[in-house]
Amino acid sequence: MKLAQILVVGLIAVVSPLRAEVAHVAVAANVTDPAKEIAAAFKAKTGHEAVLSFGSSGQFYAQIKQSAPFDVFLSADAARPQALAEEGFAVPESRFAYAIGKLVLWSRTLDVSDGEAILRAQNFAKLAIANPAAAPYGAAALELLQALGLEQALRPKIVQGATIAQTFQFVNTDNAELGFVALSQLAGVAEGSRWLPPQRLYGEIRQDAVLLKVGASNAAARAFLDYLKGPEARRVLEKSGYVLP
Amino acid sequence: MSSLDGAGDDIGQAIRLTLALASLTTVILLLLGTPLAWWLSRSRRWWKEMIATALAMPLVLPPTVLGFYLLLALGPQGPGGALASLWGARTLAFSFPGLVIGSVLYSAPFVVQPIRNAFDAIGERPLEVAATLRASPWRAFWTVAAPLARAGFLTGAILGFAHTVGEFGVVLMIGGNIPGKTKVLSVAIFDYVETSQWGAAHLLAGGMVVFSFCVILATTLIEKRMGRA
Repeated sequence: MKLAQILVVGLIAVVSPLRAEVAHVAVAANVTDPAKEIAAAFKAKTGHEAVLSFGSSGQFYAQIKQSAPFDVFLSADAARPQALAEEGFAVPESRFAYAIGKLVLWSRTLDVSDGEAILRAQNFAKLAIANPAAAPYGAAALELLQALGLEQALRPKIVQGATIAQTFQFVNTDNAELGFVALSQLAGVAEGSRWLPPQRLYGEIRQDAVLLKVGASNAAARAFLDYLKGPEARRVLEKSGYVLP
Repeated sequence: MSSLDGAGDDIGQAIRLTLALASLTTVILLLLGTPLAWWLSRSRRWWKEMIATALAMPLVLPPTVLGFYLLLALGPQGPGGALASLWGARTLAFSFPGLVIGSVLYSAPFVVQPIRNAFDAIGERPLEVAATLRASPWRAFWTVAAPLARAGFLTGAILGFAHTVGEFGVVLMIGGNIPGKTKVLSVAIFDYVETSQWGAAHLLAGGMVVFSFCVILATTLIEKRMGRA
């Protein structure tokens, strides 16, 4: 009996050099791929596990305000983490920008390398954007169309994805000929053509991460945010097409 | 962020669109579903239950399965794209006709099953009697079978309509959230919740609760009153 107990305790001590915990992370859909890569490297390095959920920033904002069990929030904007901090759902001093997102116009069938001309010609049936009310990349796309003075003209052609991931999939299945997605989503994609609109046409997509009140005492959550600030995570984000703050 | 300003038009549009979608779907399902239910009830072919099973599958399948296949089928590479090209469109996704196709498939079991059950319950006897009185099969159907199965038709119509109103996953996946075209009630509620417009969300969600209560109560009462006639 005694021996078995010693063995079990010894085994635990060997397997987990430090007490591994689990952090639940709400991840804006545009960060899906890099976040998976970062979480895997994070686990290998620290032993902590980051369990990722993907959705639109607006959806997570509404859920977190209803005490969703997330420890960390990687938003696609700065406004929602800030609002959560002001409303008492996040730890204010933990907020920092982890990436600056780039909008890209992408098509599998049309040559959109001169995107502005393509948009002005309006020679397409459906333009996919993310829901501007819930997804910052959707808001940025709408801003860009307004800057070009095309919002009214193109409105009947716009279809909205609930997240930037669904928007990508609308274009990927060719149901929409073209769409505004996040550059990070095209990191592993060679197909189709793309146009990187100049930054002056839309506001900077500053993406903030924040520690949520739920996770304030979770060691894994704090470790994940630290890891996100570190060189390994930054390399992954840069490789994915983000500009680093 | 929870005021109703500007949401009024949006809500009205979503309600009108939902009612149009549910009505059209119900009418189509009654037209297609009645001969199908009759055949399922009367046929002696061994494979008829295969058809019945295929038809009932939306009861079990997650809407995302239907949504996924529909997105491919309605798209430019699928039959939907070929159909859409007849009027110069590229895809049936993101369109009202696309939603109707999705809803017809998704709500079919709710219409066909009650009608088939009603036909089954009639049995052979009344139709044999009609035949000995020299009624043609066509006439026997309209004067004997259809009136006897009226509770089944009513239940099927109500459930088909209500289930289409309650549809969400399929529409979210193939709709594209276009106001006035594909932004139905359930999607509008999702949208309001996602964007923290809870006043509007409450209004629609509360309305749906009342609606569902009335629908289920109505079907129960109909089955009670007419089912035993």
